Amino acid sequence: MKKLKIINLKKAQSLATARSIKLSEDTLDQKERANTFLTEVGDLALFIKQIIKETFSRNFEFKEFLRQCYEIGNKSLPLIVITGTIMGLVLTIQSRPAMAKFGAVTMLPGMVAVSLIREIGPIITALICAGKIGSGMGAELGSMKVTEQIDAMEVSATNPIRYLVVTRVLAATLMLPILVLFADAFGFLGSWIGVNIKGDVSLVLYIFQAFGSITFLDFFPALIKTFLFGAVIGIVGCYKGFTAGRGTESVGKAANAAVVLSSLLIIIVDMIAVQITDMWL
Amino acid sequence: MKNEKETSLDPISEEKFTSEVLIEIKNLKKSFGRLEVLKDISLKLHNGENLVVLGKSGSGKSVLIKCIVRLLNPDSGTINLLGKKINIVKGKELSEIRKKIGFLFQSGALYDSMTVKQNLEFPLVRIKRDMKEEEINNKIKEVLENVGLADVLEKMPSELSGGMRKRISLARSIILDPVIMLYDEPTTGLDPVTSDEISELINTVQKKYKTSSIIITHDIACVRITADRIIMMHEGYIYAEGTLDEFEASDDPLIMSFFK
Ligand SMILES: Nc1ncnc2c1ncn2[C@@H]1O[C@H](COP(=O)(O)OP(=O)(O)OP(=O)(O)O)[C@@H](O)[C@H]1O
Ligand SMILES: [Mg+2]
Repeated sequence: MKKLKIINLKKAQSLATARSIKLSEDTLDQKERANTFLTEVGDLALFIKQIIKETFSRNFEFKEFLRQCYEIGNKSLPLIVITGTIMGLVLTIQSRPAMAKFGAVTMLPGMVAVSLIREIGPIITALICAGKIGSGMGAELGSMKVTEQIDAMEVSATNPIRYLVVTRVLAATLMLPILVLFADAFGFLGSWIGVNIKGDVSLVLYIFQAFGSITFLDFFPALIKTFLFGAVIGIVGCYKGFTAGRGTESVGKAANAAVVLSSLLIIIVDMIAVQITDMWL
Repeated sequence: MKNEKETSLDPISEEKFTSEVLIEIKNLKKSFGRLEVLKDISLKLHNGENLVVLGKSGSGKSVLIKCIVRLLNPDSGTINLLGKKINIVKGKELSEIRKKIGFLFQSGALYDSMTVKQNLEFPLVRIKRDMKEEEINNKIKEVLENVGLADVLEKMPSELSGGMRKRISLARSIILDPVIMLYDEPTTGLDPVTSDEISELINTVQKKYKTSSIIITHDIACVRITADRIIMMHEGYIYAEGTLDEFEASDDPLIMSFFK
């Protein structure tokens, strides 16, 4: 009987190189520590590049895109309606004493309208969606990554970025402005209620007063900003999901990191957007 | 005696496997940070054969087949897959090669937000775009029959048992008529009866679709049913290579610990 060929393990060789391995491991460690932040920025940039490339490729996944739009709208609308109404109400009640001091209570609707449209509506909606949608994307894609579903898509020669990421990023970018409109509208409603607690203004008069003080320059830059917020939520949520580590605990980590990073980026984008509008408009 | 064996073996193997090599791996190395998983792996997969890769848990078997389809990038070494150097091909060419490969994941990797039907048609509708709905449905029916399941089309993966999930994943990976099948532990986590059924299924698939396969496992029952040739991995190197009989007759302690 032919004897099975056992192939020699290269023990001696590995002993001889043990010292140099130790040295190179130390170097690797240091390199790793220095690199994590920069490599993350680089990875994110590459990820965005891929998203852009796939967005303009043929075979857009239209059905999945619609499903994502519906999911995003459906998930966040109730929360946004409630928060919008309460923000309008609270803002009105809080501002009333200050306005009363100058005898400018009639300007209350206009003032609240401007702050809602310019800042409160967009930022509150974006932060809520970062929590609701961003974490959802991080968790969903993260668990797909951990359970090898994303790998499975890739080996079956379908592009997971095109199917999973492009649809989500575009859906978030498109849906966020719509959600902001809802937040603004219900903010007005809340504000009208707030005005009526201590006064008596009909809804028609209120709307007349509020819209009288809003110009195109209040509305337009704020709208542009919300598209950016949507893109940030989509990109960061998907990125964190896609780069989730191994093991189930990384799903939670991905969801959490998605919320933290996208909230932070939203505030930074907001700051930059405000600076730009302030300078040029 | 040795010569006798070799001469008697050769004509059979010539008949069964054409000498064509579908996968050739040379000096493959892969590490994660400081963990060297694959230190020097070389192997060949011939046309028509079932090659079993044996190895302890954590010995890098999954890493090896993930390198073959470029889900992981090797640090060095070459992988020749269907005549192409898989470590350097890009974009379109890479997906052309991947279409010819069926991959059964260790965890099954069914898309859990989709029904069984959507899972099965996912690769079909995206790759064979000119296929009509009826053809798609027929193909789905065919693969489901081949894996021995029916009436599950509208179920979600979470409603299926472990064995059923394995079968559906197998159905999904053969739906594009692959040339090569890669199985990552097809029988782990299943009871012995179901395990044997899945192993038989691997043989059926091989016959029906004329595939060549790499089967990764540490389940000896599965090895006995499927293996034409066996390679054993240990500590990042190929430890032994031979036929089932040769492995069973071996007195090497490491090999005996698998085949007791
Ligand atoms: N993507 C990765 N990043 C970091 N380490 C990894 C990665 N993939 C695998 N490893 C490590 O490589 C080693 C080998 O893993 P692998 O999954 O290939 O083992 P295996 O032989 O398939 O074991 P099992 O039989 O349990 O599936 C493990 O120590 C694992 O932690
Ligand atoms: Mg494995």
